[in-house]
Amino acid sequence: MTIRQISVFLENRAGQLREITGVLCDSHINLRAISIAETADYGVLRIIADDPASASEKLLEHGFILTMTPVVAVEVPDQPGGLNSVLGLISDSGIDVEYMYAVLGGSNGKAYMIFRVADAEKLCEVLEQNGLKSVPGEVLGEH
Amino acid sequence: MERYYQPEIECASRETILGWQNERLVKQVRHVWDNVPYYRKKMEEKGVTPDDIKGVADLHKLPFLSKEDLRIAYPYGLLAEPLEKCVRIQSTSGTTGKRVVAFYTQHDIDLWEDCCARAIVAAGGTNKDVCQVSYGYGLFTGGPGLNGGSHKVGCLTIPTSSGNTERQIMFIMDLQATILCCTPSYAAYLGETMKEMGYTPDQIPLKAGIFGAEAWSEEMRRDIEKTLGIKAYDIYGLTETSGPGVSFECSEQTGMHINEDHFIAEIIDPETGEVLPEGEKGELVFTSITKEAFPLLRYRTRDICVLSRKKCSCGRTHVKMSKPMGRSDDMLIIKGVNVFPSQIETVLIQHGYSSNYQIIVDRVNHTDTLEVQVEMTPENFSDSLAKITEREKELVSGLKTMLGIGAKVKLVAPKTIQRSEGKAVRVIDKRKI
Repeated sequence: MTIRQISVFLENRAGQLREITGVLCDSHINLRAISIAETADYGVLRIIADDPASASEKLLEHGFILTMTPVVAVEVPDQPGGLNSVLGLISDSGIDVEYMYAVLGGSNGKAYMIFRVADAEKLCEVLEQNGLKSVPGEVLGEH
Repeated sequence: MERYYQPEIECASRETILGWQNERLVKQVRHVWDNVPYYRKKMEEKGVTPDDIKGVADLHKLPFLSKEDLRIAYPYGLLAEPLEKCVRIQSTSGTTGKRVVAFYTQHDIDLWEDCCARAIVAAGGTNKDVCQVSYGYGLFTGGPGLNGGSHKVGCLTIPTSSGNTERQIMFIMDLQATILCCTPSYAAYLGETMKEMGYTPDQIPLKAGIFGAEAWSEEMRRDIEKTLGIKAYDIYGLTETSGPGVSFECSEQTGMHINEDHFIAEIIDPETGEVLPEGEKGELVFTSITKEAFPLLRYRTRDICVLSRKKCSCGRTHVKMSKPMGRSDDMLIIKGVNVFPSQIETVLIQHGYSSNYQIIVDRVNHTDTLEVQVEMTPENFSDSLAKITEREKELVSGLKTMLGIGAKVKLVAPKTIQRSEGKAVRVIDKRKI
């Protein structure tokens, strides 16, 4: 099971991020997770929104460049070594993680990791075979 | 005392020079008519035949040639000699990626090197000098031209070519170089570096520099002269007419003497093409009257300048041109290299970027910088930073291949580059020249 992540191009200048959050705020969109990757000159803002379809529509309307990517959200056992065991599974199965970030306190107060991999379906299978579950968007508060 | 490489030519009377020009022009027009169908057609369209050209006074009857003609006739369309007589090409940027290729017979190279030798002697060069040529060698005319001129004068020539500043300085100091040939910005950079290394002007063996291929101010001249402890001379030329040495500065430093035994200069109104009287500012046009392989008639340089026949204290009688004061097209000269915005646009479109871009040229520590700001497109965007960076690197390398110089790319958000009504402002040149 995958969820939809929106990635938006960020130019490195004052106020650029605020313009994006402004559009989302005006459209009453709530952010569930956020991560930024950047170079000296530009960055990519990655968000999980409660309403991905309308978030991307509004951002496109305002001229932002974005792309929708399927990512996998995994509940991470809330104990020492929790993330370590999940990463062990992924690495043993030969899946290459492009990037990942944490979501703390989803709607139920648990910890989740968002994984971006080339083959999301394969990651879901591997997780399932090992008794872990990729969670649906609703768990993170998606409508 | 002023010295000359070819005094009988450089100090000839005006009548003698005009005599040479009349005779050579008539011969050259016949040569082109007989051997270059492209130009012959242009003449026919204008209703001119070689019989109509009896001397310099008839020059205005001939059609112009422009960079656009060179592009259309690329590569061999303006060649006037059989290939077995040609021994070399040199090349420079064209407007949209097609390069300008100029051809030389051995005779053409000899005359070109004579012109460069005149410049070196005018800068005080003799066969006792050690002349370091730090212009690029290769397709660029700077290195090969001054190298040949330096040989003719009999200088010990150090062909360092451009780049590798540490090695340049090592040769200047170890071999006690006395003359330096390079772009003015590189001379300034060498000067700054040597100063930082602790060399004072009186420790530096150089006495003269011959600097060209880009615009430079009087202020920059004084800077270079001070840091290197030399006298700095300007030199002008373009690949289309041979290369450096079309004109050069003498001790008076009030303009560059055009080698009128090889080139006839005119100043025209860039809008109407009408020839302007002496002393008026306009576009410089050259007719090569001695070139065999690539004899361009009435070639529009797009450089804006002024000609002066005022008597020069150096004793040379050839007409002087001012430093170019600007261009009548959008060509930029960056680090001595010709750059057209259209070339940059071509590369951007090839790589899937938008044609909304802006070029920012600046000069930092006497060195030109080029930044291309380009709007991100959906096609080049990805959620992966590594992919965006990879595409950006491909663009940087595409620009380097097209332009021959490095450019910094700055990716910006869509619709952030100003759209103007009418003509877009593509270039912001912050250099104060």
